[in-house]
Order: sequence, then structure tokens, then C-alpha cells
Amino acid sequence: MSEMTRQQIGGLLARQGILVAFALFMIGFALANQRFIDPDNILGVIRSSAILGVMALGVTFVVISGNLDLSVGSMMSFSTIVVLDLHDKIGPALAIPAMFAMTLCLGAFIGFLVGYLKLNSLIVTLGMLSAIHGLTLTYSGGKNMDIADKEGTWFSIFGQGEALGIPVPILLFAALAAVLGIALAKTPFGRKVYAVGGNGTAATFSGIKRARVVFSCYVLSALCVAIAGLIQASRSLGSQNTVGQGMELEVLAAVILGGASLLGGSGTIFKTVIGVLILGFIQNGLLLVGLQFYVQYVVTWVIIILAVWLDIAAKRGKLWSPIA
Amino acid sequence: MTDPTPALRLEDIVKTFPGVRALDGVSFSVMPGEVHALMGENGAGKSTLMKVLGGILQPNEGRIIINEEPAVMSGPLDAKAKGIVFIHQELSLADELSVAENIYLGELPRKRFGLVDWPRLEEKTNAILGKLKVGFDARTRVGDLSIANQQMVEIARALTVDAKAVIFDEPTASLTDAEKVVLFDVIADLRAHGVGIIYISHRMEEIFKITDRISVLRDGQYRGTLNTAETNEEEVTQLMIGRKLDLSRNASHHELGDVALEVRNLSCGRLYHDVSFEVRRGEVLGFYGLVGAGRTEIAETLFGLRTPSAGQIRLDGQETRITSPADAIGKGISLVPEDRKTQGLVLGMNCRDNMTLPQVDDLTAGPFVADGAEIAIFDQYRDRLDIRTPGWKQQVGNLSGGNQQKIVIGKWLSMHPNVLIVDEPTRGIDVGSKSEIHKLVRDLAAQGYAVIVISSEMPEVLHVSDRIVAMYSGRIIRTFTSEEVTEDNLIQAISGIGEKVA
Amino acid sequence: MQPGALSTFLKRGAIWGFIVLELIFFTVAGEFLSLSEKAFMDVDNMLLLFKQSAPIGIIAMGMTIIMINGNIDLSVGAIYALSAVILLDSMTWPVFAGLGDWVIPVGWLLALLTGLVLGALNGLIVWKTGVDAFIVTLGAMLGYRGLVFMYNGEQPTSHLNWTLVDFAEAQVLGLHTATWFLLLVTAAIWFLMNRTVHGRNAYAIGNNREAAVNAGIRVGPHMMINFMIVGFLAALSAVVFYSESGSVNPNDGELYELWVITAVVLGGTKLTGGAGSILSTFGGVLAIQLLRKGLSHIGADTETVNLVIGLILIAVLFLDRQLNVKGKEELKI
Repeated sequence: MSEMTRQQIGGLLARQGILVAFALFMIGFALANQRFIDPDNILGVIRSSAILGVMALGVTFVVISGNLDLSVGSMMSFSTIVVLDLHDKIGPALAIPAMFAMTLCLGAFIGFLVGYLKLNSLIVTLGMLSAIHGLTLTYSGGKNMDIADKEGTWFSIFGQGEALGIPVPILLFAALAAVLGIALAKTPFGRKVYAVGGNGTAATFSGIKRARVVFSCYVLSALCVAIAGLIQASRSLGSQNTVGQGMELEVLAAVILGGASLLGGSGTIFKTVIGVLILGFIQNGLLLVGLQFYVQYVVTWVIIILAVWLDIAAKRGKLWSPIA
Repeated sequence: MTDPTPALRLEDIVKTFPGVRALDGVSFSVMPGEVHALMGENGAGKSTLMKVLGGILQPNEGRIIINEEPAVMSGPLDAKAKGIVFIHQELSLADELSVAENIYLGELPRKRFGLVDWPRLEEKTNAILGKLKVGFDARTRVGDLSIANQQMVEIARALTVDAKAVIFDEPTASLTDAEKVVLFDVIADLRAHGVGIIYISHRMEEIFKITDRISVLRDGQYRGTLNTAETNEEEVTQLMIGRKLDLSRNASHHELGDVALEVRNLSCGRLYHDVSFEVRRGEVLGFYGLVGAGRTEIAETLFGLRTPSAGQIRLDGQETRITSPADAIGKGISLVPEDRKTQGLVLGMNCRDNMTLPQVDDLTAGPFVADGAEIAIFDQYRDRLDIRTPGWKQQVGNLSGGNQQKIVIGKWLSMHPNVLIVDEPTRGIDVGSKSEIHKLVRDLAAQGYAVIVISSEMPEVLHVSDRIVAMYSGRIIRTFTSEEVTEDNLIQAISGIGEKVA
Repeated sequence: MQPGALSTFLKRGAIWGFIVLELIFFTVAGEFLSLSEKAFMDVDNMLLLFKQSAPIGIIAMGMTIIMINGNIDLSVGAIYALSAVILLDSMTWPVFAGLGDWVIPVGWLLALLTGLVLGALNGLIVWKTGVDAFIVTLGAMLGYRGLVFMYNGEQPTSHLNWTLVDFAEAQVLGLHTATWFLLLVTAAIWFLMNRTVHGRNAYAIGNNREAAVNAGIRVGPHMMINFMIVGFLAALSAVVFYSESGSVNPNDGELYELWVITAVVLGGTKLTGGAGSILSTFGGVLAIQLLRKGLSHIGADTETVNLVIGLILIAVLFLDRQLNVKGKEELKI
């Protein structure tokens, strides 16, 4: 094979490899267990991926803008606990906007630190992971939160309701993915997110207000977290205050699996959705073939490294790294 | 030369990349004790040749011969072991480490169990530093040294081996005059010890001052070697660019318009001080000076990237403050920045998106970016600037330097600025694109733009400017009209000759 | 004084200044707020502080060299847990049944070997694939944790060996065994980074990778060795802690990577690599533990610790940036 065609195939794999891998997984699991491709099962998987997925949508913006967000997990715990607590105190109609306002404030604070004060996003969000966790524990007094009247509230609609035969969490996830996907691909804001992540200096030299773009990405991420928290709270109507712990890394795994570079400037909402679904279906498929949930961790590990490796290998045209 | 054996000889070196012959049969030799200049335009193949010499790239054909023995360099360390030493333009020092550790980077003297032999390291280092007569010691942290002293550390590194040939790559780029004297002393000392020296520089005055012979590359090909004593700048230039350089002045023949931009007593900390000038519509104002003279910093101030500490800026007679690039753009100022790769372009984005980036907020249909309007702008400037690209979807990073620069220029022309500032418009692009860009700058002035051109290349600044501001050490020394300016008085002005600078 | 020396001095000394501030604050505040009669700066209390610092501290030493080298390791918590499982479980393996108490060194050895191998695997992947260490170890964090669960499901792994507990609870010259390990590791890593060719090369690689490569320093092996060291130290930390506790949950060690990185960053190590000091990391570890103890001493909820540490981390980052701003002349990018 000539060098050119090899590179072309490599390039194709790099671009579409994630879809190919996804297809192979689906076929493999389907062959192993018929129930895997049962529509109910598929809906079930998407539904249980929705919370992770909604968070991943927001983090995609942050990552494309060239930053990290490790605080989404503890932020999700926070919004879940807050909305459950306020539900009984001021009623769901007020609790939801109050929770959104508080979560967005946290996002704005992070956005201010990373965007306007230009602090390193890894450390800031690491600090916020810890700080928000502490905030949640302090708020809840270390106790679990439960809604008193679980039967008589309309609040359960976001997590347990159905419309047109489709669970509401899926509808929320799909709608949000569509809106944010279009926003990222088609609007001036989306263009600026790519520019800031691709080359922040050049973006500044082009008159783009980089700080404002980064700030907006974190607020957007917080908005997604709030929606995820709403779904989580509504689904269970009660929660531990560590419900989102560790999710920040699963979210990041899904985004990376979708092909977004941690250096910023690349990635799409569509690919992130694929990344989320792959994680969801792997977990489901492994359970269906009789393996425990934690086997998923090991498989995810292998897949993430393979996906990123093949991606950069295709770009450099060599499988092995040039590091001496 | 009394010694007939060259310290280093290159024979028919060929290096190809997919689609490019970067080096096409390059041969020349450096005698022991000779200072040999290597010249060529950017892109002529100098850096590829250096990579071949340093073992970073392997030549496809040809031989490298050191002291009559053919040598194959497997890497930088191997090259060094064989006596080929580089003094890089971009300093390759680890600034958190000490001087001694940097000099022996990769070759720290060891004791048993992989321990560093500190006493021996210091002893060896101090011996070398003694030869260079520098004012710092082995334990100094490199990050605490001035640029010139850091360069001395690089040179000290060269002295750690039995060097056959030392290659200086643009060594004076960031040195003061006093520091240059020290550098030239060091070079003289090396040469007295029989080391062959390859000296890469664009600065003619230095070349003629310190070198014995000059070899010229053009488009990857060897164009000949001249004895410095028997040639002159014109001949070298002609060899470099392959034709006689059009040095004709280009003062505007059209009527100049009103003053578009006026700057009065502008200062910015230690960067520049008390700067005043104005530029009219239809005029090209050139800024000439050494790197670090404050030219770029003035441009950055006008573009809202720096806050001036004193002085006024007037646009069309109105005093104004420019607080950010977005603000500058709104007020009709555009800046084609110095470094297109880090400041001008998002290399991973496509041509169209790069070109419309500053106005993407305005090119909308409803909430969305209007594709059609964007493509129309791209097509318009692709045709006008003759940008060669397969299409707007092409990633900018895949274009040649000249085409990349045209994208940046197109980006700013499409904003229809009142004042266009162009910083180093032709750095690192080929000769053909260079003259196109020069012509474009002249055309823009003829169309009534007020243009500021900042350049480190004297022919360029003489060629395109109506008036020239000469800067030295953060001050404007003099503003020349095209009638007054000569190469001599320009050089004197930017070198600080005859000026008292506090 | 040379330019930049003041800020360098401030940065180097900052963590110790912070510790002194903490001591003063908690001592004074403790007089008014504390529920217990004991003074905060009580000798036993301070000895306990060192001992409790050990698990995070030992790993932090490894993380410091990883970060000086320009990498990061998010999998240390999982390595810690897996090594702990191996340590406790291996002592019950029938093959070693005849060894009596000699099973202890064998268990230790196996646990340490586990850490070494897992670290080597990370290093090898970073080296050979060129995938960023952040991603490689993020994956490994999940993968190694999966291995922990696969070993014993969701059940805790327990084995109490009284000889081992006695050893772990022993005090030599007043210091606990764990404290001795922390001090020895700190000394060893300090020596490694300041006195050996490997250590100096690791600094050079993190500081200016291209220059290091051009000088013929082989980046890959150095990175790999550092990953092996941090893996080894994560295992050593598990050995020290679980010798005493005797029971490991599959979730143990979660979020350790965050605590460890917090300690290292508090100590002033740069995320971009090339700069950092082992002794300052030691200070960072003490500062965090002091904060935990101090807050509980003055009667604050233990939950507040997370909040305070998170905010302090951000504040440190902010101060560091302010110290490095060149003033108004700076380009506004």
C-alpha cells in the first residue's frame, strides 16, 4: 500500500473510527444477547445515560474552549440536594428556579476565575470540586435528602415521566443536544468557542473577547449540570449528597471518547453524544452478557486509550510515538 | 588558508519532503579558523541544512565530511560528539536549572549509583566560564541571567567538546551593541583556536565585519561562495534573491488625505517613551528599528492590547482611548500581527472561518452564521489577493507561509479599516509573495487607506514607505521623508549612533 | 537581590509561612472555641498529625516528581487500593501458609510489586503511544479501579495480622512507623531529585523538553521511571496504612489523586513542569492535614474542610499569578 492511501485510510479511521467502533460494539453485543437490541433495552440505556449525557454536553463546550471542568460531579450533587431540600420547603415551582440560580452562580464563579482572572482551569475546578462538595455537605448537614411526599408531587415528571412513549430524560437530553449542537456548529458564539480553544491569542488578536467566551462556556456547563441534577432528583426523589461523586471523570471520558482534544479547538456535540452512548451501551452490554458493572471500568480504560491513541497516530502518520 | 583540510565539508546534500526538494545538492566547506557566513532568504533551506548537520534529519543523498572522514549523524548528541556544535537562535536552556547543569545538560558527570558529581561539574564549568570572562558563576540559576548571558551559557556549552565546527544561528538577534562586542570577541577566540565557524545572519553589516567567506542558498540550491573581502552587499543580495532587488523608492504620487491617526507623547512604561507621529490617508508610514526597539509595542497599544502610561491618541482629530482589540476594530483600526502562526491565525480552522473571524458576530442570518455571506467575503479576498488554496474548507495550517499571510491580510482588509497596521508583513515568506505584498501595501495607500508598516528589513521599509520613523531603545530618533532618507542615516538612527539614550 | 528573587523567595517560603499562620490561628481560636481542654499544639497531637499525613504524603512525593517531569497521574488512588487488596489477600494465600509471620514481607513485596507494575504500565503507554498522561492515567484510574472490584466484587478484603499491627503501631524515638516512612520517603525523593542524574534530567525535561531532547536526554525512560516510582509509592502508602487497619473497601483511595495534587500544588510545584520542590510538597501535605485537624479542633464540621481547602487552593493559584504579573506593561491577552 502506498503511503498516501495508508494515510488516507488512517485519516478516515481517525475521523470515523469512533462510529466504526460503536457499530462493532453494537453488533457484537447483539450477537451475544438478543435482548441487547430490544427497543425497550435501547431506550433504557439512553435513559440511564441521559444524566451523564446532559453534563457531557456542557463539558464539551468547556473542553473545546481549551479548558477542563472537574467540578461537574460535585456540582451535580449540589443541585440535586438543593432542589430536593427546597422542594419541601418552598414547593417545586420555586425550588427549581432557585436551584438553577444557585448552580449558575457556581458556574459563573468558575467562569470568572478561569476566564477573567485567567487561572489554570484544572486547578480551579479541582479546588471547586472539593469546595462544592464541602458546600453540599454543609448544606445538608451530612445527611441524605428525601422528599416527604413522594407520591403526590408533579416534580417526578422530569425523571420518571413519559411523553409520546419516550421517557422525559431522553427528550430533555435529545432536545438539549440538538440545541447545543446547533449553537456550537452554526452560531457566532460556537465559532468563537472553537477559535478561543484553537488559538486563544489569535482569537484575542481578532477582537474576540476571550474571557467572555470562556465565562459563557462555564455558565453553560453549569446550566447542563443543573438540568442533570433536576433529572437525578426527580428520578429518585431522594438522594445521597455524594450522588455525583466521580462523575466528572466519566463525563470527561465520554467527551474524550467522542474525539475532543484536551488541548481545545476540536470536538462536536454529535461526537460527544456518541461517546456517551458508547459508554452506556458498553455498560449495558456487559451486564447483559452476565458481567458485573465494574468490568465496564476496565473496558472503558482500554477503549479510551485506544481511541485517543489511534486518533493521534493517524494525525502523525505513525503508530508509535517519536518520544526517545 | 594555510591548512588545506576543511574542518567540515558538505557534498551534494539532498533532502526531500513529500512534494518538496528542501535541499537540492548543497556543497560547501568550512576551513579551520574560518568564519563562514551562510545566507539565504527565509525558506531557502538554511534551517533544513542545519537540521541535517545536527542529525535531526537524515539527508537523502550526499555526504557530510568532518576532518576528511565521512560522518553520519544519528542525532544532536552524536553530532556534538563528532564536533558539530550549535548556538541556537531560540535558546535551548532549562531556566530553572543552574548554569553548570545547563552547560552539561545530558552529560552531567556521574559518580557511582547515578549520582551527580557536583565538585567535578563545578570545576569543569568554572574552567570554561573563566575563558569566557563572564560575570556569573556555575551555580547561578539560568532564569536569573540576561538574554546575552544566557547566550554565553550556550556558547560555554559549545566549548565543552572538542568542537570542529560551531554554528551560530542569528546570534545577535536579541543582543545590545556592547553584548555583540563580547560575542565577536568569543568568535575571534574560537577561530584563533582553529575552530571552523558557520555564521547564519541576515545582518549584512555583521557579515561583512566578521566573516571570511559567504555561501548563499536559494530555494534549496547552493548558489555559490564569495570571498567577503572581494564582494559587496549588492552582489550577495542578488545571489540570494536571484535578481536585482527593486530598491526604488515608492513615494506616493497621489494627493494625501487628512490625518487619520495622530499619536502625541505616548509612553508605555519601560517599553517606549514619548512617541509622537501621525499618518494620513493615502500614506504609508514605515517603522524601522531593531527587535525590541518598541515598534511592535506601539502597534499593540494602538490595537488596545496595552494600556499606555501617558500621552494621547487621536483618530480623525478626535481624542480617544482604545481599551481592547474589539474596541480598536470598532474604531477602524486593524492590525496584521507580527507572528501569524501564534497571533494571526487559528491554524486548525479553515480558511474562511479564519478570514471572517473578527466580524462573525455581524455576518448572521437570524441567530446563525450566514454561510453565503462568509463565502462571498472569502471568495472576494481570495481573488483580490490571489490566495492559492484548494477551497475555503482547507485548514489554514496546510497553506504555505505566503498564502497564510494573505489570509491574515484579507481578514483585516475585509473589515475596511481606516488605519491598517502591518507588523513584519513578509517575515518567513517567499520572494514572490513578498513583492506581491509590497505592491498590495502600496495599492492600499493609493486607495486611501492610512497604512503603518513595521519592518526589520531595510529594503522593505525603504521600498514601501512614504515616510520612515526610526526607533531606537523605545524612542523615536527621527522621522525621515523619502527625500531625506538614505541607508546610512537610517542605520545610524536605529543603532543609536550619535544619540544619548538614558 | 536579583530580579525575581523576592517573588521566588516568597513562593519558596510561602507554604511554611502558611503553616505557621495555621498554627497560630488554631491555637488562638482553639482557646475560645475548642470543646476539649487540650491545647492544639500538644505534642501527641502533632505526632498524630505526622502519622495521619503519611498516606497522602508518601504519594504526594511521587506526584511531585511526576509533575516536575511535566506529567500528571490520576490513577494513584486506584493503585493504592489495588495494592492494598493484594497486600491483605496475599497473606491468606494457601501457597504461603507454611511461612508463618514470614508471610508479611512476602505480602509487602507483592503489594509493592503491584504498584511498580501498574505505574510501569502507565509510563509505558505514555511513552510508546504519545497519548497525554492526563488521559492515560484518567483511563487507568477507571481501569485499575475496575480491577479492584473484579478481585473481590463489592466486598471488603480483610485480613488482620497482629504482628503487622504491632509493627504499624510501634513508635520509635517517639515517632510512629507511618511517620518514619513518610520522612524516609521524603528524604529519599529529595535525594533523588537533587543529587542524581535522573532527578536533574527530570527537571530539565519538565523545564524545556526540546532542549533536553536535543541534549540527548532520553525522555521516555525518565518518564517511565517516574511513573514506576509514583506507583511504588502509592503501593507503599497502602502498605503503611493497611498494615494497621487490616481491611480495604473497593472504594478506598477514591479522590486521593485530588488530595495529593492539591498538596503538591499548595507546595508550589508548577503544573507545566520544570519547577517544584520536595520539601515544599512536604509542607503542602502538612498544611492540609493541619487544616483538617485544626478545623475539627475548633469545632467546625469536618465537612467544612473540603470547602476551605478548595478555596485555599484557588487563592494560592490567584496569589501565585499576582506575584508573577509584570505590571501594567503586560500585554492584555
